[in-house]
Amino acid sequence: AGVAPFAIGGARKTVVVVGGGIGGATAAKYLRMMDPSIDVTLIEANTNYYTCFMSNEVLAGERSMESIRFGYSGLKGHGIHVVQDRATSIDPDKRVVRTQGGQRFAYDRCIVSPGVDFRWDSIEGYDARVAERIPHAWKAGPQTLILRNQLRAMRDGGTVLIAPPANPYRCPPAPYDRVSQIAHYLKRHKPRSKIIILDPKDRFSKFDLFLDGWKRYYGYGTDDSMITWVSGAAGGTIESLDVKAMTIQADIESFKGDVINIIPPQKAGWIAFSAGLTNEQGWCPVDFRTFESTIQRKIHVIGDSSQASPMPKGGYVANTTAKVCAAAIVADFNGGKAPRPSWINSCYSTLAPGDAISAVTIYTYRDGRIVKVEGSGGLTPQEFDAGMRAREAQYAHSWFNNITADVFD
Amino acid sequence: VVPGQSQAGEISRGALLAYTCAGCHGANGNSNGPATPSLAGASRDYFVEVMHQYQADERASTIMGRIARGYGDAEIQAMAEFFSRQGFEPAKSQPFDPDHVEKGARLHHQYCEKCHGKGGASAEDDAGILAGQWTPYLRYTLDDIRTGKSPSSKKMKRKLEEMHRKSGDAGIEQLLDFYASRK
Ligand SMILES: Cc1cc2nc3c(=O)[nH]c(=O)nc-3n(C[C@H](O)[C@H](O)[C@H](O)COP(=O)(O)OP(=O)(O)OC[C@H]3O[C@@H](n4cnc5c(N)ncnc54)[C@H](O)[C@@H]3O)c2cc1C
Ligand code: HEC
Ligand code: HEC
Repeated sequence: AGVAPFAIGGARKTVVVVGGGIGGATAAKYLRMMDPSIDVTLIEANTNYYTCFMSNEVLAGERSMESIRFGYSGLKGHGIHVVQDRATSIDPDKRVVRTQGGQRFAYDRCIVSPGVDFRWDSIEGYDARVAERIPHAWKAGPQTLILRNQLRAMRDGGTVLIAPPANPYRCPPAPYDRVSQIAHYLKRHKPRSKIIILDPKDRFSKFDLFLDGWKRYYGYGTDDSMITWVSGAAGGTIESLDVKAMTIQADIESFKGDVINIIPPQKAGWIAFSAGLTNEQGWCPVDFRTFESTIQRKIHVIGDSSQASPMPKGGYVANTTAKVCAAAIVADFNGGKAPRPSWINSCYSTLAPGDAISAVTIYTYRDGRIVKVEGSGGLTPQEFDAGMRAREAQYAHSWFNNITADVFD
Repeated sequence: VVPGQSQAGEISRGALLAYTCAGCHGANGNSNGPATPSLAGASRDYFVEVMHQYQADERASTIMGRIARGYGDAEIQAMAEFFSRQGFEPAKSQPFDPDHVEKGARLHHQYCEKCHGKGGASAEDDAGILAGQWTPYLRYTLDDIRTGKSPSSKKMKRKLEEMHRKSGDAGIEQLLDFYASRK
């Protein structure tokens, strides 16, 4: 395995992208769109990508696994060299990425978008092996299927325990979207069942909107509620898991479940640690104009692994950040100046089929920081309007179709 | 021409801004549906006017009011420039009732063609493109215009009301099927 031939000798600039998820695939495609003279290699460990987007609809039986599966033929059509292999090291001095399969790829710029890894040491009794039985389903694919099948197999009258992590983590509203989707499934198929949320937080994303929806559909707040939310203050922080007994020991009490979904605390993807791109919090600090690492030159980090607050870790952010990063690299290669960055975060959640809510924020770049554009953005109005919610449900599915096409086609 | 590229390696601010809309409106403003509208090919004046209406909460929206207020006039102009230069692609494989198309065509030519030329495919006269736009979005928009939640020119509203008085909701559906049939 030598240096890939296209990297040898010459003026052609080479970018190697590590991770073909939402951030990495978008960056590879837009680099080629913005400047077709750039040689782009994308290294991705898996043959197919399963989106986390809408994976909660798979849990609810509203959607198939195939509908959230995407391949890489679209990106190949843009002239991107797609390499199916796992990157095992990045040498920032020699500017070479090495893979498990023994290949080496030289780069002028490297973009790293490996998503998140889990902090397996944070909950006693829970680790990567246990997760085969007690799924996190926080990376879509086989994990989604395990959880879906367990929900299908559960008896009517069973209890589902869902334990979201403390902030920051991938997609802040998604645990509560998941609760809504599972509640919808149970209401139709196993109406005597319960969901208990064990949460270290005292509030969460789209809080009032979710609670209002849970009241309208799932009896929230009544004695017969399908959903119970145990906040951090009420003892929701979890300490340990006993797989045999199917119990979680939380702050104050222990809880028994028929199905248990633990979403563990997170950190940057493993390759970011091995390449020396992470800070003490376990995320990657970057320059917000270019998303170049502030620790290692010529390596850019985008997506969930990057530290880009106040933007949350989400797919729309990964998608818009990839474009900012690509524009900066193209400008640098051509001796130009990239335009001032702009980002959007937008995210739809479903309370029940035909009733969706959204959050959106516009961000701009000012004095080295990412700032919200004042007076813009926000949530779906709290007051329930059936017609507008039905529109949002249709727009949520349009969102999925458009963002996945923008990333993979 | 590579979209958004004024010269080798120079990405315009309009393009970079417009790329942030792609997750909802499709790459280069051609939406994959089933509901969110395409922006490609919209006339500059139409685009700017609509964005201003969203900003002022004069035009009904689920989300665009919240989004439009994130941009200044120069930014909206830059995006209008970008989207107006993208080729409009009619909605892909959108369902419609073929039995309605002929009646819809007749209604269109009687009431709408004067301003929405070429069977609703033209962006001229700063009217929106109707042919090949996503049907649910057009249905919502016509409903919003008729109920006064969204503005339109007096003349357009009069024509729409006249059409509705004579042909009812069925007339609206026939028009929508006609627009969806246009490839
Ligand atoms: C249930 C759920 C629902 C969600 N819903 C939404 C939503 O509605 N809207 C939204 O905006 N966001 C949503 N998200 C968040 C979104 O999925 C993530 O923010 C997004 O995927 C982040 O993109 P990324 O590129 O950082 O990582 P990923 O998309 O996870 O991509 C990382 C890729 O890198 C690959 N990889 C990692 N390491 C290596 C290596 N060493 N070598 C080769 N390849 C490697 C992985 O295989 C993977 O394909 C949701 C998340 C969850 C869990
Ligand atoms: C999260 C989704 C989302 C994002 C992001 C988004 N839009 Fe929209 N857009 C919509 C929806 C949904 C509609 C339909 C109106 C509504 O309900 O808000 C729409 C309608 C529009 C329209 C009216 C089209 C017509 O022909 O009448 C324009 C113009 C528009 N958007 C421009 C933009 C621009 C510019 C951006 C980016 C700066 C953007 N949108 C980003 C969802 C989005
Ligand atoms: C007198 C001119 C005129 C006539 C007649 C007219 N329109 Fe329009 N229409 C406009 C203009 C101008 C706009 C864009 C600005 C606005 O909304 O006021 C528009 C916008 C629209 C839109 C919104 C486009 C979008 O993408 O959001 C729809 C839908 C529409 N017209 C449908 C119709 C139909 C259907 C008819 C016939 C029954 C019709 N119009 C007749 C001038 C006209």
